[in-house]
Amino acid sequence: MTAVVEVRDLSVGFATDYGEVEAVDEVSFEVREGEVLGLVGESGSGKSVTATAILRLIRKPGRLTQGSIMLGGRDLCRLNEDELQQIRGTEIALISQTPRTALNPLLTVGQQVARMFVLHAGLTKAESRKRAIEMLALVGIPEPERRARQYAHQFSGGMCQRVMIAMALATRPRLLIADEPTTGLDVSTAARILDLLRELGRETGASILLITHDLGVVATTCHRVAVMHAGQVVEVAPVRALFRHPAHPYTRALVRSIPRVDREITMEPIPGAVPSLLNAPAGCRYADRCPWVEERCRRQKPAMTEIAPEHFVACFAVEDGRAAPV
Amino acid sequence: MAFLGYFLRRLSLVIPTLVGVTIITFTLTYVLPGNPAVVKAGPLVSPEVVKELERAMGLDQPAWVQYWRYISGVVHGDLGQSSSTGRPVLEDFKQRLPATLELTLASLLIALVLGIPLGVQSAVHRDTAIDHVGRIVGVAGVAMPTFWTGLLALYAFFYLLGVAPPPLGRLGAGIAPPQAISGLYVVDSLLTGNWTALGSALHQLMLPAFTLGLSVMAPIARMVRSTMLEILESDYIKAAWAAGIPRRRVIYGDALANALIPLVTILGIVFGFLMAGNAVVESVFAWPGIGNYAITSLMTKDSGPIQSFVLFVALLYVIVNFVIDIVYGLIDPRIRLE
Repeated sequence: MTAVVEVRDLSVGFATDYGEVEAVDEVSFEVREGEVLGLVGESGSGKSVTATAILRLIRKPGRLTQGSIMLGGRDLCRLNEDELQQIRGTEIALISQTPRTALNPLLTVGQQVARMFVLHAGLTKAESRKRAIEMLALVGIPEPERRARQYAHQFSGGMCQRVMIAMALATRPRLLIADEPTTGLDVSTAARILDLLRELGRETGASILLITHDLGVVATTCHRVAVMHAGQVVEVAPVRALFRHPAHPYTRALVRSIPRVDREITMEPIPGAVPSLLNAPAGCRYADRCPWVEERCRRQKPAMTEIAPEHFVACFAVEDGRAAPV
Repeated sequence: MAFLGYFLRRLSLVIPTLVGVTIITFTLTYVLPGNPAVVKAGPLVSPEVVKELERAMGLDQPAWVQYWRYISGVVHGDLGQSSSTGRPVLEDFKQRLPATLELTLASLLIALVLGIPLGVQSAVHRDTAIDHVGRIVGVAGVAMPTFWTGLLALYAFFYLLGVAPPPLGRLGAGIAPPQAISGLYVVDSLLTGNWTALGSALHQLMLPAFTLGLSVMAPIARMVRSTMLEILESDYIKAAWAAGIPRRRVIYGDALANALIPLVTILGIVFGFLMAGNAVVESVFAWPGIGNYAITSLMTKDSGPIQSFVLFVALLYVIVNFVIDIVYGLIDPRIRLE
């Protein structure tokens, strides 16, 4: 399968009063055609920064320090602001974790969807309005004609997220970045939003980069998963393999931390906290929390190795066989 | 329909406010030292004549009767007489009001046209040279009183550079006013195509309007800057960037439209600034408006015009705030639904 977007060795640093914080450290992954790739990790692991970097919306004091983001043969890291603006909203779209506040309070919902057609597809106002109502119907908003004339404050959180999805998919982007799209929604609404995303992704042919810290969401929604820890991608695997045979010590701990009702196992929290990224050590950033840590883990960064088909992990202990496979 | 309800609710609040205003202006005249009958009769009259005059003027009646007379006078346009011009105060007001309106509107226009872009640019280019210049201009505008900036402007542009006309009213010497339509010389000369009058009116208006305009530009620019900073960090602006909305449109469309809501709210306060600044600027530039009239009356202890000026400014204030409430409801759909 071909990659829609390919991120290679991407690093993002933030200048602070105490030195540079490398929030994203040589991250590599690709999102393939038609798939949902999950990007998981704890808060502060650099998931959202990675998403913002793909859109090239990192702002001061942050900056892209190295790497490439290939999309349709072009490296987004080498485009100027005008070219990027052409790509945002048409080839890459974003839906955020704050649907209620991500809609402009002064524009009707219909106007906000319609202007995607005016700006990016060059349609007339009347035509755009018609298409906007069709989009609202497509994302499951009842009475779209009437609702299009209403404002964000007249919508519930779930309905706002549907509007965001309508806006995002209006121009049929190749990549949809969904940054924790179900945060703040109740469980059943969240499930319906995820269903809708998956279904519309399939229908419009958009690949989805789904950012989440919820492994339950990953299990039900994603095809493949990239696990991030402290700004580094430590494991990439098909979703089934990740849950059955987690390889990286961090992923193992993550999977063990899921509460279960069907089995007699105790939920184990992960020891320690995400390390400070200020002047982070050169090696593996999980070293201080890792049961198999050895001297070279702190000096040297483990490379990604394929331990099973399509299953990549960056860990010396796994490479050497010291950490027994699960 | 929601909007009509909002409109009526706001309107119903205006009437009690106006009643309150008249009570205050009446109380002012009632508690001020000095017997109006003595003032009217002059110092050389016997106490019997004063008593007679008090009865004739109704000053022996209880306060609420006097208030009723006062209010029915106000309602019928009777604001009393000016002892210095010898004419009804209302006539004097009518004659001077266009001058004040012209100056106030021109100043407001200057303040908005300069203040809004300055605030936006300061926010967009936060902590850069533009922002610092904006801050200095802002602090200077607030810190310097208008009589001082007015004098400085006259000294520089009239006395030293000679580009401004002498501060002697609304038109240059020997130029006839345009045919009266609105009373605003700039508007009327535009409407009648009287270019000589237009040039002269703008020339005369230049310095006082800038003096007054710059004094209120500062709070406008600061307000726009701080709300823009907040709004540029908001989720919907971030979403707009991510959706590939062009930069100018994000800043001057999405963001500025939202920043104008709090700006409209402070326009009421700005208007108060303008009215207060008006009296001073009008007297510095010998501008024949109601502010100048009030100050002249104050100097000659002519109480009728002063009371009427207070009443008038309060009335204008109430109207402006009512209009602001309505505009607020028009631009922000969330307000109407309260």
